[in-house]
Amino acid sequence: MPKKTLKQLQVNKEWCKGCGICVAFCPRDVLSIKDGKVNIEDIDSCIECGQCELRCPDYAIYLGGKNK
Amino acid sequence: MPSQIVDDYFRTNSLPHIWCPGCGNGIVTRSIVKAIDNLKLDRDKICIVSGIGCSSRASGYLDFNTLHTTHGRALAFATGIKMANPNLDVIVITGDGDSAAIGGNHLIHAARRNIDITTIVYNNNIYGMTGGQYSPTTPRGDKGTTAPYGNIDTQFDLCDLTTSAGATYVGRSTVFNPKLIVKLIEEGIKNKGFSFIETVTICPTYYGRKNKKGNAVDMMKFLRDQSISINAAKKLDEDKLKGKIIVGELHKSIRPEYTEEYKRLVNSF
Repeated sequence: MPKKTLKQLQVNKEWCKGCGICVAFCPRDVLSIKDGKVNIEDIDSCIECGQCELRCPDYAIYLGGKNK
Repeated sequence: MPSQIVDDYFRTNSLPHIWCPGCGNGIVTRSIVKAIDNLKLDRDKICIVSGIGCSSRASGYLDFNTLHTTHGRALAFATGIKMANPNLDVIVITGDGDSAAIGGNHLIHAARRNIDITTIVYNNNIYGMTGGQYSPTTPRGDKGTTAPYGNIDTQFDLCDLTTSAGATYVGRSTVFNPKLIVKLIEEGIKNKGFSFIETVTICPTYYGRKNKKGNAVDMMKFLRDQSISINAAKKLDEDKLKGKIIVGELHKSIRPEYTEEYKRLVNSF
């Protein structure tokens, strides 16, 4: 599987509480809050920096498979 | 499906956690797990002990040997565990009220003994779980449900306190900078002695609302803007450091460790 797929941004909406921290600190404005949950607005701009995963208090957003 | 690190080290069936939207506790808890993962520690040789409070709920979500104890007594239980089995890496998760108020004596004496325990304080400046009463770390002038006209006490600097009491590794970070939290915890676990890591976290529900600090994002930006590294702080005078949060490795020293001293004594007979 190509690396891109392994690191792709994933969202677990069931765990998201809509605090907006990931949206505020995303350097490329990839994310938004929609109906009280995080929403991937523009996946093509994502640079896979992981700032959202680092600061998500609810483990609801992450780069899939990055840690192993 | 959660991320790999959460899947590996959390009891995922108990997630999502109980903490409020925007609460920083989840960020600190992930950082603890990240530090353990980086150090490649044997999870069966780790014991996580917590007291009572919002922060102390963390032990229930973590998939290690865990112990959720009574209010303020996490360090007392942890001392017993470490004495009974010095091979364990004992990590204490506690809050500002838990460690500095009701458990204040346990904290200073654990530091004085220099027992090999890593203590991580989630400092949210307030008692969150019980409804927003002011804590020993609530800044002077700030409000709580029990200080509706502003707190007249001077806030405790827990890093100064534990340094004075004899801790051999002391550091501070904020939830805006989780990478620094991970680094400090790694060094704290590696340190053979009492390690104290203060993580300044956010409580938008009580501390934020009572003091008109805005939402979780505003509070994170406040932490970002007020943080200053220890090296930069050394160059500034006291006036300019007023209200700043000094982060980084604040203290390191070498002293005999308690369980080793105890073993030496026992072996001398």
